[in-house]
Amino acid sequence: MSFLKLFKSENVANNSESIWYENWQLLKKNKSAMFGLYIIIFFVLIAIFAPVVAPFDPYAQNIDIRKLPFFSWPYILGTDDFGRDILSRIIYGARISLVIGFISVSISLIFGSFIGLISGFYGGWIDKISMRIIDIMLAFPYILLTIVIVALLGPTLLNAMIAIGIARLPQYARIMRASVLAEKAAEYVEAEKSLGVGNVELMFRSILPNCLAPIIVQATLGVGSAIIESAALSFLGLGAQPPTPEWGLMIASAREFVSSAWWIVTFPGIAILFVVLGFNLLGDGIRDVLDPRLKD
Amino acid sequence: MYKFILKRVGMLLPTLFGVITLVFFMLALSPGEPARVILGERANKEAVEKLNAELGLDKPMHVQYVIYLKKVVQLDFGRSIKTGQRVIDEIKSRFPATIELAIFSMILASVAGIFIGVISATKRYSLLDYVSMFGALFGVSMPVFWLGLVLIIIFSVNLNLLPTGGRMDIRYYFVPITNFYILDGLIHFFKSGDLGVFLSAVTHMILPAVTLGTIPLAIIARITRSSMLEVLKQDYIKTARAIGTPEHKVIFKYALRNALLPVITVIGLQFGMLLAGAILTETIFAWPGIGKWLYHAIESRDFPAIQGGIIVISTCFVLINLFVDLLYSVINPKIRTE
Amino acid sequence: MENNKFLDIKGLNVSFYTQKGVVRAVRDLDLWINKGETLALVGESGCGKSVTASSIIRLIPSPPGKIESGEIFLDGQDILKLSEEEMQKIRGDKISMIFQDPMTSLNPVFKIGDQIAEIFITHYGLKKKEALERAVEMLDMVKIPSPEKRVKSYPHQLSGGMRQRVMIAMALASPHPGIMIADEPTTALDVTIQAQILDLMKELQEKIQMSLLLITHDMGVVAEMASRVAVMYAGRKVESADVYSIFEKPFHPYTVGLLNSMPSNEKYKHNARLEAIEGNVPNLLEIGDGCPFENRCKYAKDICRNKFPEIKDMGNNHHVWCHFAGELNF
Repeated sequence: MSFLKLFKSENVANNSESIWYENWQLLKKNKSAMFGLYIIIFFVLIAIFAPVVAPFDPYAQNIDIRKLPFFSWPYILGTDDFGRDILSRIIYGARISLVIGFISVSISLIFGSFIGLISGFYGGWIDKISMRIIDIMLAFPYILLTIVIVALLGPTLLNAMIAIGIARLPQYARIMRASVLAEKAAEYVEAEKSLGVGNVELMFRSILPNCLAPIIVQATLGVGSAIIESAALSFLGLGAQPPTPEWGLMIASAREFVSSAWWIVTFPGIAILFVVLGFNLLGDGIRDVLDPRLKD
Repeated sequence: MYKFILKRVGMLLPTLFGVITLVFFMLALSPGEPARVILGERANKEAVEKLNAELGLDKPMHVQYVIYLKKVVQLDFGRSIKTGQRVIDEIKSRFPATIELAIFSMILASVAGIFIGVISATKRYSLLDYVSMFGALFGVSMPVFWLGLVLIIIFSVNLNLLPTGGRMDIRYYFVPITNFYILDGLIHFFKSGDLGVFLSAVTHMILPAVTLGTIPLAIIARITRSSMLEVLKQDYIKTARAIGTPEHKVIFKYALRNALLPVITVIGLQFGMLLAGAILTETIFAWPGIGKWLYHAIESRDFPAIQGGIIVISTCFVLINLFVDLLYSVINPKIRTE
Repeated sequence: MENNKFLDIKGLNVSFYTQKGVVRAVRDLDLWINKGETLALVGESGCGKSVTASSIIRLIPSPPGKIESGEIFLDGQDILKLSEEEMQKIRGDKISMIFQDPMTSLNPVFKIGDQIAEIFITHYGLKKKEALERAVEMLDMVKIPSPEKRVKSYPHQLSGGMRQRVMIAMALASPHPGIMIADEPTTALDVTIQAQILDLMKELQEKIQMSLLLITHDMGVVAEMASRVAVMYAGRKVESADVYSIFEKPFHPYTVGLLNSMPSNEKYKHNARLEAIEGNVPNLLEIGDGCPFENRCKYAKDICRNKFPEIKDMGNNHHVWCHFAGELNF
């Protein structure tokens, strides 16, 4: 077994540190990816230190200061129709959006990759059945699938996360399966097999690490789209419920004031735009590094 | 070629069957009884049971499934719990509005997206390229519903240029013929010489079409650019240049036709997505299409309506994807001639 | 003699500005071709032959490529001074080009006929229909059977040899064919097809009195086709002479290596075994001012490391760039 490791898995294990380091060095050179990363770090920090950073209690209502316009000191971004500070609500909203983004992506990532790995590795009827189901799921536009799942489960934030995770799962399964099929044909797999390395070990210790690149790209971009989708669900009343300071919900509750209080609608949207932009920039950058073929 | 078409069409049926089955079980297994939804939480047990019997919900699930399948094949999705109308009729009356919106969004997105992508690729690393690609990145990072509201704030509220919603100014009374209002407006113009209906239909279309079209536009621009860059590296482009072909012809004829092959697939996929994405846009702009209707159905847990809506939209999505696959094989001589 | 040169390259320098640094792909290159003559530009891949070819037709991808300095006279006119529009008129008129891989050098989504017709539309101002008729004639000229049918074919429906014939047809369709640049025209083809294509090129070249710049790494092709030879290594010209003297008495160790790696070389038959040149082409990024072949050359001395040699005239127009030219025994 040990000499076999020379073929690839050992290489991967030994060089993995240097490979990741090398990739990180390449990524560091990519200015827009780094810009994206800084945006993400900024929002993550804001989310973690929300109680410290936010000037006001995001839930505190005050009828005297309803709909204060943009830049009414000390309410920098103004207040909403309940007199709540918009900036503070946006800061707390970062917690919700990032958590939804990461959890829903983790759901699709873990289950999708697992399905893809199993079906690519074993092939045969397992593959046929799971790919058939994946095809059927892909026959729904995923926005619709998300909405339907959450509508059936009931409109809560947790269900929104689950729905987004499930609806995006087929993409991960497909990508994983394709990489596994390519990897399975590699020589080291044949060699390890002939030496009687167990399937599970082969699958998780040798093949999986080599299939991660495209999945990482998909997941990074996926966090961004999950944040948009969860905001959309909340906007439709199918996600977070009032008075949660969720960005989509903030936009929804301000819809009736578009003519009188534009700032209530505008700023939460800008927050969404920037977080998602951050993930998209980073995701594009990672893809350029991990898959030079796609680089132009 | 024919084999390919047959194979592709053959794959369609099991997929559609799967979609219909999945929708049935998703709804059947979901918490909440339709009868309770109809009669309200305080309805007595006998009334609920009676209604369940009427709706066929007292039968075992596999029997329900068979009945459901038979009906779906005949496009019978039952009656809406909320309105009592036949679901298929409700869908039929709202579908043209959605299709019209989707078509205009897609025309906008494709024309602008391909143009921007091509220019970006040919003027690579120029300011224009950076601006358009950063713009495209903003486009894909934007929540659609927010964009719609911001457009309303800018163009309707502040500039007072365009209407905030609906398909037609209420002061126009006219009888829709095709239910595609822009087309109807034209017909009306030819009949009566009055351009008002047409203009009203167009002005109502602009903001929703821009809103719905932004994401596909950004995606198409990005795909076109990268596909174009790939094609421009190819030897045959060098051949075209080496025989002195004028540069605009190299780009817009010899390179673009190759670069469009992957773009067409994306356009088709995005068009299918638009039908579903319309749920948000239609809700914001009070656009009386199937998206807004489905949203209300979901809100009121109107199960037959939800079932019908999902099946119809997904079927369209599947059919569009099929169409795109076939179109792709027609455009690509390598597949066509085999 | 001077005005007999159809193509005359003087002091050409071409660089590529990559992320890792500046690659000097062609350095101080002088090259000329007389009217109707065939010059073979020989060397391993990556030695700058193809970059030279692209420079002559001014199709270096830019960025990252850049022609730094030099002059390229075509029919007495310095094409590096022309505007892009003027250059466009010359491409496909006085210069034409054939590429290595006929699989990729024809546009996959256009019919063969349409692609040939483009020349007649661009340079002769013909209408599509007439242009297509002329395309049929061209296919006939390069001996493609049933050309009326073939104009309607797509590239993938033709064999590699047929496709290369189409490329030749395109090159010959130009109104004033002065020079054809053939970049490894037969490398991607089967051996039997190779010979047919070379014969065709030779025949047509003689018929219309066109110059030919033949880029190849195959000394067999050189012997068959060329009247003069220039050997390039790592962006530099290292030896040039007429074809007989190159095969008879090569002076540069690299040229000797190339000849030794040739399977059926009469001259070196006593040497019996086929030799590969040891080592690899140096990384053009790290190359200094010395002789680029120094790291692979068994005769290299200190001076080779530090200084690129001056030109040495061995008589009879045989030039070598080697410090020890004429002193070495191979």
